[in-house]
Amino acid sequence: MQFPGRQRKVIANPKAELYRHCLQFYGQPPLENISLTEFETFAVERLKLLKTVENLGVSHVKGSELYTNKLDKEFSNLHFPYKIEVKDDAKVGPTEYEKRRKDHISHFILRLAYCQTEDLRRWFIQQEVDLFRYRFNALASTYKTSFLQHNNLHYDTVGLEEKMVLSDKLISSSYAVSGCKVEDQDYYKVPFQDALDLVRNRKVYLKAGYVYIPNQDIIITVLNDFRTQLSKALALTARSLPTVLSDERLQPLLSHLSHAYVGQDYSIQKSIGKISLEQIDPLSGKSFPLCMRQLHQSLRESHHLRHGGRMQYGLFLKGIGLTLDQALQFWRSEFTKGKVDMDKFDKAYAYSIRHMFGKEGKRTDYTPYSCMKVILSNPPSQGDHHGCPFRHSDAELLKQKLQSYKVSPSGIAQILDLVKGMHYQLACQKYFELTHNIEDSGFSLNHPNQYFLESQKLLGGAREVKREADPPQRAPDAAVKQPPNPQPLAEMTEDLDAYFQDG
Amino acid sequence: MTSADYEPASLPDLLPLYYRRLFPFSQYYRWLNYGGVQKNYFQHREFSFTLKDDIYVRYQSFSTQNELEKEMQKMNPYKIDIGAVYSHRPNQHNTVKSGTFQALEKELVFDIDMTDYDDVRSCCSAADICPKCWTLMTIAIRILDRALREDFGFRHLLWVYSGRRGVHCWVCDEAARKLSVAARSAVAEYLSLVKGGEETVRKVVLSDPIHPFIRESLAVVERYFPQYALQDQGVLGHKESVDKVLALVPEDILFMEQIGGGPYYDYTVHIQCQYNMPLSYLLSQSTVKKGQHFEKEIMLQYCYPRLDVNVSKGVNHLLKSPFSVHPKTGRISVPIDFKQLDRFDPFDVPTISRICEELDRPRVGEEEEQVDSKEKDGDMDAVERRRIRDYKRTSLAKYVKILDQFLDGVARSNKGELLKKSDLQKDF
Repeated sequence: MQFPGRQRKVIANPKAELYRHCLQFYGQPPLENISLTEFETFAVERLKLLKTVENLGVSHVKGSELYTNKLDKEFSNLHFPYKIEVKDDAKVGPTEYEKRRKDHISHFILRLAYCQTEDLRRWFIQQEVDLFRYRFNALASTYKTSFLQHNNLHYDTVGLEEKMVLSDKLISSSYAVSGCKVEDQDYYKVPFQDALDLVRNRKVYLKAGYVYIPNQDIIITVLNDFRTQLSKALALTARSLPTVLSDERLQPLLSHLSHAYVGQDYSIQKSIGKISLEQIDPLSGKSFPLCMRQLHQSLRESHHLRHGGRMQYGLFLKGIGLTLDQALQFWRSEFTKGKVDMDKFDKAYAYSIRHMFGKEGKRTDYTPYSCMKVILSNPPSQGDHHGCPFRHSDAELLKQKLQSYKVSPSGIAQILDLVKGMHYQLACQKYFELTHNIEDSGFSLNHPNQYFLESQKLLGGAREVKREADPPQRAPDAAVKQPPNPQPLAEMTEDLDAYFQDG
Repeated sequence: MTSADYEPASLPDLLPLYYRRLFPFSQYYRWLNYGGVQKNYFQHREFSFTLKDDIYVRYQSFSTQNELEKEMQKMNPYKIDIGAVYSHRPNQHNTVKSGTFQALEKELVFDIDMTDYDDVRSCCSAADICPKCWTLMTIAIRILDRALREDFGFRHLLWVYSGRRGVHCWVCDEAARKLSVAARSAVAEYLSLVKGGEETVRKVVLSDPIHPFIRESLAVVERYFPQYALQDQGVLGHKESVDKVLALVPEDILFMEQIGGGPYYDYTVHIQCQYNMPLSYLLSQSTVKKGQHFEKEIMLQYCYPRLDVNVSKGVNHLLKSPFSVHPKTGRISVPIDFKQLDRFDPFDVPTISRICEELDRPRVGEEEEQVDSKEKDGDMDAVERRRIRDYKRTSLAKYVKILDQFLDGVARSNKGELLKKSDLQKDF
């Protein structure tokens, strides 16, 4: 229905009209033909950008100066449009139009690669939303207004009269506004359902079901819209994906792109059988992250773990190389030391362990939990030992635990500082550095199994475990040094792998 | 709390009578059907019954008012809970594909329970209540009612006494029933000020500027605080409870007071002898640093409503139904008239044995006359008419009337909805 109209517009308007604004809501897919090379370059570069967004978001406060500076740099390195620039000004490198076009096209390519599973979608939406927030905040206020207009985001502004009547209340509702005059400040009035984050934290004035959002907080509502639209669009894309994937030129590239997120999922089966059950105890002290050490310890002590703990720990063990038989033996021998007898174990618990290995039910081969999953989902409650010790323990208990593991007082203080700043993964990384006696671990931690592999690598114990846990797509190091690969695709993806290894 | 005339053992004998002759089925159905604006709204609603010996039957659902009546008169539930409106009939939830049976809508509900105030009331603990601590519920209702109406714009709020130690609120506006889980939790968090468990001493922390919602809530608390906290609860009356208050006063202020006011105990006496003054006045006599609100925080910690947030968050969460009987106290879970909130006395709420007794009393002529004109409409069948006559003769009558008035308000909104719908259809 809309097709003819849309096409006519593209043809009728000059190039610049298509990307009138440096930021966009990605409402319309690109309609031009592009080369395969461009397709790859765009996708890989946007992925690098999103990866940077993720890494910075983990290690810095979003919106802080350091965060913005580093992102600024990445934007100009990768030639994405990030601030209003005069178009004619482009001396070297791509023009503003080219940058905007790249922003547009690359976003839609990654939609294809990241629409397939819940996990991929969540990751993609999160990074795109963070990226959008950063870019929107960087806009000058007139551009913000024109952006909202351009995208038909109409929020009712509050009239002067109403503002004056509510003046006191508006001032005392928002920390940001106190100090400046209400009459100079633009307010938008939207239904409270569209700004839940502001309502939840009481950061906005609320009257008769409407929130009065000061100009600078409108980003929350815009982001809300952006997130909703993107999430719907991804669901639609997923439906039409089979057609796209039938193109054999695109299929391998797209699947590689989606595998590249967070590097790997640590479910690679090749490490299987590298660990013997006797090794678990010593390994838990040396190479397990704190969350797994804690689970192992409480399992040994109480001869039981509740469901959340069995999942988190069981999948971790699977990831470091326990076979199904070993896992059954491990859990059975421990549980039967407690209140569970052989018969009950086989009836009540063995099923769920086989399930973890994809041998029951839906036959999904479950992957070990990442740090994000451990931190964000299913918080531990009464009787649970799972979760992230840096996120889910009282500071005092954490301190005692670290003391008992012989972490130095100054180290403990540093860790607790990071915990206070809600940098749980950095706190864990600090714990890694302190327990391995190194200055800088040189990787960014986002998975318990990654912790284990890095630790093993450092301790030199299991070099081959590490090698084989790499993604199968990755060729041996030697290949990179070989003469230029005739196939640009392979080269590009090699490059990407290397990028994520460094990440 | 004792209800002199009620014996828990007599419940199985009384329930059949209650459900046969007293339970206001017609109003109950009128409520949950919401004027039939949405198709199958009543039919897809979950009810759950608690039977004798704590046997719990979930996912009950009924096609008609008559079916609900028949089932309740057959099962005689000790307790009735109301759940969500689902995508399918709840009693057929096993027959649909897993994952498709989903809770779609429910009233936005709040549950306030007196046990959550145990650290700040001295008169009773756990399930006990007395007139001295009931004020906490009054304060809670005033604060939440105002916020839900003025801040969130809801209009149809049904406040209900739970039958024992707390109150429930059912927000019945269409917009409220359609709220997502995220929106419900945002509303509940907006309304929550007292945070932290056993490990937290200072449970209310205010920061500048104070949000208008908190100001409005403070105004309510301040109105009740002198009589409730200082007189009734004697918060500043004993050394122990004074110490509890002082633990919430920032160190530097205490220190300054000690220097100016002499030894520690003098300080508490100093407060004691003027306890008819608001605490805020007393404590702010010292030079309170700007940006500190400890006196407000103390008042809020002692009086601000403590919500069970999880009950409000979930769409599929069950909540005890109005006009269900509390099996322990025998009291009927009755609507509270907001206009007469300060006069609401939980000990005056009728027990099932009382109303059943009242039913047996010989009829008095004038009560008979009160049967209002509605009855003459002739629309109702004989059973229904008799039931109306029956409950009108008991002390349940005035509570059913509160529900009636509430439903009239909801009906006016529903009518608007229906009109809008039919208008839309004419467009096409």
